[in-house]
Order: sequence, then structure tokens, then C-alpha cells
Amino acid sequence: MGIMDPAKAAPIPPGADQDAILRAVGDEITNRGFVIAKADKLFNWARSGSLWPMTFGLACCAVEMMHSAASRYDMDRYGMLFRPSPRQSDVMIVAGTLTNKMAPALRRVYDQMPEPRWVLSMGSCANGGGYYHYSYAVVRGCDRIVPVDVYVPGCPPTAEALIYGLLQLQKKIRRTATIARA
Amino acid sequence: MTETNMPDMPVTEDTETALITMADHIADVVDTMTVSCAVVRGEIELRVNPADIPQVLTLLRGDRQAAFNQLIDLTAVDYPEREARFDVVYLMLSMNNNMRMRLVAAVAEGQAIPSVTNLFLSANWAEREVWDMFGIFFSGHPDLRRLLTDYGFEGHPLRKDFPLTGHVEVRYDDTQRRVVNEPVHLVQEFRDFDFLSPWEGMQTQIAPDAPGHDDSEQKG
Repeated sequence: MGIMDPAKAAPIPPGADQDAILRAVGDEITNRGFVIAKADKLFNWARSGSLWPMTFGLACCAVEMMHSAASRYDMDRYGMLFRPSPRQSDVMIVAGTLTNKMAPALRRVYDQMPEPRWVLSMGSCANGGGYYHYSYAVVRGCDRIVPVDVYVPGCPPTAEALIYGLLQLQKKIRRTATIARA
Repeated sequence: MTETNMPDMPVTEDTETALITMADHIADVVDTMTVSCAVVRGEIELRVNPADIPQVLTLLRGDRQAAFNQLIDLTAVDYPEREARFDVVYLMLSMNNNMRMRLVAAVAEGQAIPSVTNLFLSANWAEREVWDMFGIFFSGHPDLRRLLTDYGFEGHPLRKDFPLTGHVEVRYDDTQRRVVNEPVHLVQEFRDFDFLSPWEGMQTQIAPDAPGHDDSEQKG
């Protein structure tokens, strides 16, 4: 995100202006020992900057998911690293065809994830059944089982498309009001 | 290879003769249990009665010349119009002869067929799958449970009279806090993509003299 100029709502590029702001913050900490920030902005910054996805590859979409995590697109740049346990995850990427037999397992994994949690539905099959829409064995969209935040279309979506979806999710998290007012 | 024999397996005269020799030998070995034995589409097809299956497989496995000692796959085909509506098919391989064979037994609905798990271990899950998909019962199977479909699934999906969309669909119920089964309710009407679809089979629909249609372009 960089340092935002509240008047222009745009990041301040590195240079003399940015240095001046950083120096001012540094002086503040040395002189008084604390700085002030908006709590919900801080929370959202932390949450969107360390989205840990649950490894939940179901079909061919999982291969594209692996591509987006591998060195070419490298999800680590955004602080996203795959976790093998739902207890350590913030976001679940439903990557592939969700079958009836798998549905209770998917819901259980979702239930085991700590709040706040998000779900990204990846590909036609997870979005609405896709090619298997009329099948006797496939769930017609994973939103029948878990609440979905972002849908990424495609069959399968490219690694870029998934990264784009995750960045959209970051955007969504940033504009969420963390502290609810009465 | 010319275009005319593309769909069939390339069968040379030598292999054809070898296949016919083997088919005759098999008919001799199986003897009175044979219903029919012939070379069909470049492969030996032996038809027997379902009750004879274990004995036939034992004979063909033990025979030194035939030596069909590998069960590659076991599956079934549904012909709803027939009296004995299912064909249970055993695909056998003889490594010694580099030859394959289909062993076929016709089974009626509700009729049991002896399991061959004690002869070929690979038959275990294959028979479970056939039970799951077609509802053909294998007597003497050690653990005849459904293999692929959901727990508590009803019906046998690969039967021709099974509706494509099945009978139930799943949904997470917020009040019960679990995934529940419900009767199928299709939000979007079922669509069968047939030759009327503009994306398929247009080659036959376009008149030869229609604008934009050019024979030489297609062939080139």
C-alpha cells in the first residue's frame, strides 16, 4: 500500500516527501515512545497483508492454484502462504469440483477455521457446478455449503486470475469496518 | 495407414490368424461352458453363463498355452431392452502371448454372479464399483460396499434408467448446522446439447453453396 496521502487518496512515492513523513514518525517514537493510528485501519492492514489460504485443492483448478503460489507469480509477495491446517488459515480457496460426498468435509474444514475467515470460490465448478451442473454427484456451487466472498470465473482460471481474485479480496477486507458502531 | 481403417485397431494377417487359433483353443479348454467364442474387432470375445465365470477364469489362467493370468479390468454394460439386461465384462491379458480377451456374461436384474476376488485380488474394488454403479450383486465378495458414490446414496447411476441429475442434492442448513440432503430442484432448466446447437454438427447444416462455405478451405 505504501504511505497514503489522505488529501489526494494516493500513495506518496519514495523520495524527499516520503522521507520527511517517515522521519517525523521516527521522531515521534523517539520523543514520546508511541504513535497513533486508527485501530480498524491497522487491523485491516494486518489482515489483508497476511492472508493465509487453506490448502483445499479439489481438481484441476488446484494445479493453477499451485502455479499462483510457485515462483513465477509467487503469492508470498502478498504475505499469502498455504497452510496445511484450517486452524492456521484465514481464507479457503475452493479450487475445483465439489462433490456431494466431499461437501460435509468442506463444511467441517470451514467450521474449523478461526474468525475472521473468507472463502474464495475458484473456477466454474465451485461457482455453480460448471460442466457438472446437472450431475447426480456434484454440488451446484460451493455457496450452497459455505458463504463465498469472491468468485473467480474460468475453467480453470489462470494463475493471474486467481491472484487478481485474491487482490480483490484484500480490497474487500480493507473497506470492511472492523469495529461495528451502534 | 489409410483413412478407411482408422476407427478399427490395425490387425495384421498374422495376428488375426494367431487370434483365431487362440479363440479355437479357448473354446476347446472351456468346452461345454462356452456360449460363444469369436474374434470380434481384433479381440477374442468369449461368452459364458454367469455361474461358470470362476471356473472359466481358473481354466484360462491355469492353461499353459492360453495363460490369461491378469485381470485388467472388470466392468458392466447396461442394455435395458434385453431380458438379461447387464453384460458383465472381464478384460483379461495374457502376458505370455501378448493377447487380450473379453469374457462376457449376461446377467439379469437381481441375479447374483459369483465373485472372483479369491482368484484375482484386483477384482475386489472393481466388483465394488460394478455393484455401486449397476447394482449387480457379487456373491462371495468379502466386503461388497459402495465404492464411489455418497454415503447413503440410493440408486445405481450407470443404469440407463437412472436420471442424470439423480434424486437428491446437498445444502448446508444453518438451523441444523449440518449438510442436508434434499430432493433435486433445478434452478436452470435441463439442457441437452444435441445437434440443433449452433456449436455442434454445423458441417451438415450448411448448404454447399451458402456464402462463406468453401470446400477447398476446409480440406486445406
